[in-house]
Amino acid sequence: MILRLAIGSLGARALTVGMTVLAIALSVVLFLGVEKVRTGAKASFADTISGTDLIVGARSGSVQLLLYSVFRIGNATNNITWQSYEAIAAQPQVDWIVPISLGDSHRQFRVMGTSDAFFDRYKYRGGRSLAMADGARMADLFDAVIGADVAATLGYRLGDPIVVAHGIASFTEHKDQPFRISGILEKTGTPVDRTVIVSMEAIEAIHVDWRNGAQVPGQATPVETIRQMDLTPKAVTAALVGVSSPLQTFALQRAINEFPQEPLLAVLPGVALQELWAIVGVAETALLAVSAMVVVTALIGMMATIFSSLNERRREMAILRAMGARPRTIVGLLVLEAALTAAVGAMLGLGLLYGVLSLTQPIVDSAFGLWLPIEPPSLREVLVLVGVVAAGAIVSLVPALRAYRLSLADGMMVRT
Amino acid sequence: MLRLHEVRFRWAGRSGFSVSVPDLQVMPGETVLLLGESGSGKSTLLSLICGTVLADSGRVEVYGQDIAALSGGAHDRFRAERIGMIFQQFNLLPFGSVLDNILLPIRFAPERRARAGDARAEAVELCHALGLPAGITSAKAATLSVGQQQRVAVARALIGRPPIVIADEPTSALDAGTQTAFLDLLFAQVRGHGTTLLMVSHDPRLADRFDRVLHMQDIAQIARQAA
Repeated sequence: MILRLAIGSLGARALTVGMTVLAIALSVVLFLGVEKVRTGAKASFADTISGTDLIVGARSGSVQLLLYSVFRIGNATNNITWQSYEAIAAQPQVDWIVPISLGDSHRQFRVMGTSDAFFDRYKYRGGRSLAMADGARMADLFDAVIGADVAATLGYRLGDPIVVAHGIASFTEHKDQPFRISGILEKTGTPVDRTVIVSMEAIEAIHVDWRNGAQVPGQATPVETIRQMDLTPKAVTAALVGVSSPLQTFALQRAINEFPQEPLLAVLPGVALQELWAIVGVAETALLAVSAMVVVTALIGMMATIFSSLNERRREMAILRAMGARPRTIVGLLVLEAALTAAVGAMLGLGLLYGVLSLTQPIVDSAFGLWLPIEPPSLREVLVLVGVVAAGAIVSLVPALRAYRLSLADGMMVRT
Repeated sequence: MLRLHEVRFRWAGRSGFSVSVPDLQVMPGETVLLLGESGSGKSTLLSLICGTVLADSGRVEVYGQDIAALSGGAHDRFRAERIGMIFQQFNLLPFGSVLDNILLPIRFAPERRARAGDARAEAVELCHALGLPAGITSAKAATLSVGQQQRVAVARALIGRPPIVIADEPTSALDAGTQTAFLDLLFAQVRGHGTTLLMVSHDPRLADRFDRVLHMQDIAQIARQAA
């Protein structure tokens, strides 16, 4: 019956209670949304590379190497010479090695030169391999395989010609050597989706007429001549390495880091990822703290609403007191009302979150490559919701204690 | 049934308003009208009897029980068990149904609940006896007329047959015709159950219905000290 009275009393103040519920719901959406994006980003980062033991690049920072080689974020400061690459490939501990050559782009997407082995060796999300949605790997020098997002965004189909631009944001295009799309990859949820993959030789071929980052004026080698040329790469940006035995990973890493001919850096993807989290962690915590503050603000708003309703409810409390309700029953009633309000707000927030997720999931995926899974609330999320309800009940103790004192002082003789 | 002896009470912080009652007794089954102007200490007296405020000195006995001897929670329980309360107006929780309102006091009074037996049936019966339309029990209290609300308040005061009903100007919000009908119904119920009735009013015209009429100025001294 107390529950019925609490619900009835809330219903009688539907408008203000509704506003409070909405404020709590939105704050819960924000908090859980940030949490979702955070865990989603972390999971999709962690899922991006698996099965690779070492990433090798020119000496810079381990996070930077990881970011540009795997996530296509930022740029390499330097390349590895082909001689060094071959020397590493010849090391006895190396099981396989895949070269990566970056630096060109097509529209907003990066172009990556690599070898055929990339399709076999690159693994994501716990060991899954790349699969062709359509077409086949590069067979010709000017064949390109595109990621799912490239195909979807630009509307490309098999056989379509594409022109690669020099640099990342450049107007200089390699017009003389157009590519043909030979294959489209299935969606992976990794940066591969937003990559145009060509062969190492193709990267060499489109730069035949280029010296020191600029096109040689007046020089335009015909495509047929290029095909006859020796297109062995002169340099690679990075390399993915698999070792024959995990025990040799550190030995190989040390050997590469102490490579005498050239300053190189080898990193373990997992370790570099941990370093990245350590950097991002601060911002992550700040974001979480801000959204937690929004929840607190909404709850304080609820407390203010309860406070302002106390005066108009003195009559109601006096009636309850006259009927024999103890002051602590009145406290219980107010706390129960607050807990109900917070619970409805939390549930509405959860509902809104799923609504927003199902609407924005494809948009976020295509815009940021971030896959936010829609799944039942995790234990952590359930705890957050329970926490909101509990916090609601706790903050309502402040006005409830005031009501307690008021009802003790008023007794049952308030006249309104 | 009800006895106040050498009672003194002073409101804390309220401009030194104090009441003292040398002696007041009400017998079981008696109907007593307590007449007094506003500000004559009527409400304070009722608060003392109900135990929502405690006397600074003297003795307040209800149903043989010294109110001051009860602990805080026991006051509320005692009030719920022994006293039916009717206010001037705004008696009901507006968002509750008529039935919710009538059953409210027995929620806090197990003995009264036991005495009521089938509480819902008794509530319906009381509504019928008080001339309320059938089926009104499920209506929201806020939708009732003032006269109907006061009758629901009577039903609430009477449910589970508490020995004392205290009414604080229950007719002041009613027009003359409704007032008479209301008092007829109230007295029929109170007399029928042998309930003690203590009614506070400023209206001397009600006097002839009661066994005894008391004037505030005769039983109590009021003092106001300048703050």
